[in-house]
Amino acid sequence: MRRLCLLLAFFVSPAMAGEESVRLKDGEGKDKVITQCGLCHSLDYIPLNANIMDKAGWEKTVNKMIKGMGAPIEDGDKKIIIDYLVSHYGR
Amino acid sequence: MMNRRGFIKKTVASLVALSGWSVLQHAALAANLVATDSKESPILDTLEGKKPLIKQTFRPPNYETPINYFDTAFTPTDAFFVRYHHAQIPEIDVKDWRLHIGGDALSKPLEFTLEQLRHEFETVEIAALCLCAGNRRSLFQPPVAGVQWGSGAMGNARWRGVRLRDVLARANIDKTALEVRFDGADSGILRTTPDFIKSLPLAKALDENTLIAFEMNGEPLPHWHGFPVRLIVAGWVATYWIKHLNAINVLSKPANNFWMQTAYRLPKDKFNAEQCDSQVSEITVPITDIVVNSLITNLTDGQLITALKPVELKGLAWDAGDGITGVEISTDAGNSWQSAALMQNHGRFSWRHWRYSFTPKAAGEYAVMARASSHSGMTQPLVAVANPSGYHHNAVQKITIKVV
Repeated sequence: MRRLCLLLAFFVSPAMAGEESVRLKDGEGKDKVITQCGLCHSLDYIPLNANIMDKAGWEKTVNKMIKGMGAPIEDGDKKIIIDYLVSHYGR
Repeated sequence: MMNRRGFIKKTVASLVALSGWSVLQHAALAANLVATDSKESPILDTLEGKKPLIKQTFRPPNYETPINYFDTAFTPTDAFFVRYHHAQIPEIDVKDWRLHIGGDALSKPLEFTLEQLRHEFETVEIAALCLCAGNRRSLFQPPVAGVQWGSGAMGNARWRGVRLRDVLARANIDKTALEVRFDGADSGILRTTPDFIKSLPLAKALDENTLIAFEMNGEPLPHWHGFPVRLIVAGWVATYWIKHLNAINVLSKPANNFWMQTAYRLPKDKFNAEQCDSQVSEITVPITDIVVNSLITNLTDGQLITALKPVELKGLAWDAGDGITGVEISTDAGNSWQSAALMQNHGRFSWRHWRYSFTPKAAGEYAVMARASSHSGMTQPLVAVANPSGYHHNAVQKITIKVV
């Protein structure tokens, strides 16, 4: 978390008009998804990919965000985020 | 940064009021709308300076063109699709902008202002299709994760600029040169996110149809299309067409980054494509040139025809620049095929319109298909070649029309 705050200190998130209209399904982990995924991209990426990925698929995607795209998501949060995505937007 | 610019956001409701349902229907067609309980319907949304387009994602902005704009030879710039990988998209002041030419495989690093580029080199213009590698990803079965593009992540434009090879000729390229690497001014939100950087094999970089473009359809490049300059790699997919271009490096070794070595890759030997030898791995190759393809643009799946009168079919065909040899149409689910008429040729990298007219003999359903072939000898397959990232969807399109 400290690392995230440090990173955030250097950037202002350039939210785009309209993205506040995106509503994710309620459920455990939603807050973490909003703050961590929403840091770099609008949340519409998630419903856009609803019903496409199973658990392995969402794990692969979240791992890509961490290892490929440099998302500073800690292991504990990673599990919560994957569980939320699989439960609400899984295949 | 972006919200302070005061983007005009139009709601779907106001669009319906303004333009009628047909716009939305076209939008749904282009996005290959699949209604499921948790899948959101595509909405039309307006980026500053643009027409309402099919919003895939707000940030980074990914917007596709409704196919009712595909009637004209050149796609109107304000309706042209927008695709970004990163959300930091600076507005560039041309006074501060420079194009830096460097790298370990040249002996004379250079930099240019926009004025210098415009005046110190021969200016050329080419008509070329700008096609997202993932166009039609949403048509793959089984579905593939990623931006769920319909058929509108493409557009045809006239691009004016200077040849990259003329600019590089001033920089004394070494014999060791292998690739040319391109970077633009956009970047990720976090420092840890790999910058969007692409690389071309030297031969493609030196091709006479690889341009540093500063105009699109006769006007300066707009912000969303890469102001002040973008790379044009005619015949290759748009991932290489770097926007807001500000650094070109000539390298003696393969560029080593996420966007070349992990993303935008295809299984080896599945496509008959131009090679990029320096970036080949044991099992994958980088995506390169555009595959032969076509699109029916004036009829939708399930469309009702209310009389036994001639039905005019209109559409587009394109390839990597070998040139379209023909488009065949079937109105009986592929049992028989007839040639469509090819319309004006705007150059080998441009898409080409076609038309075909047929008169239904009886009421009933007609499965209409279009299949393009290229001078390369390639023809569209009936089933798209599966690949993990969902690129190059070029299966023959099939729509059913109902004559009543």
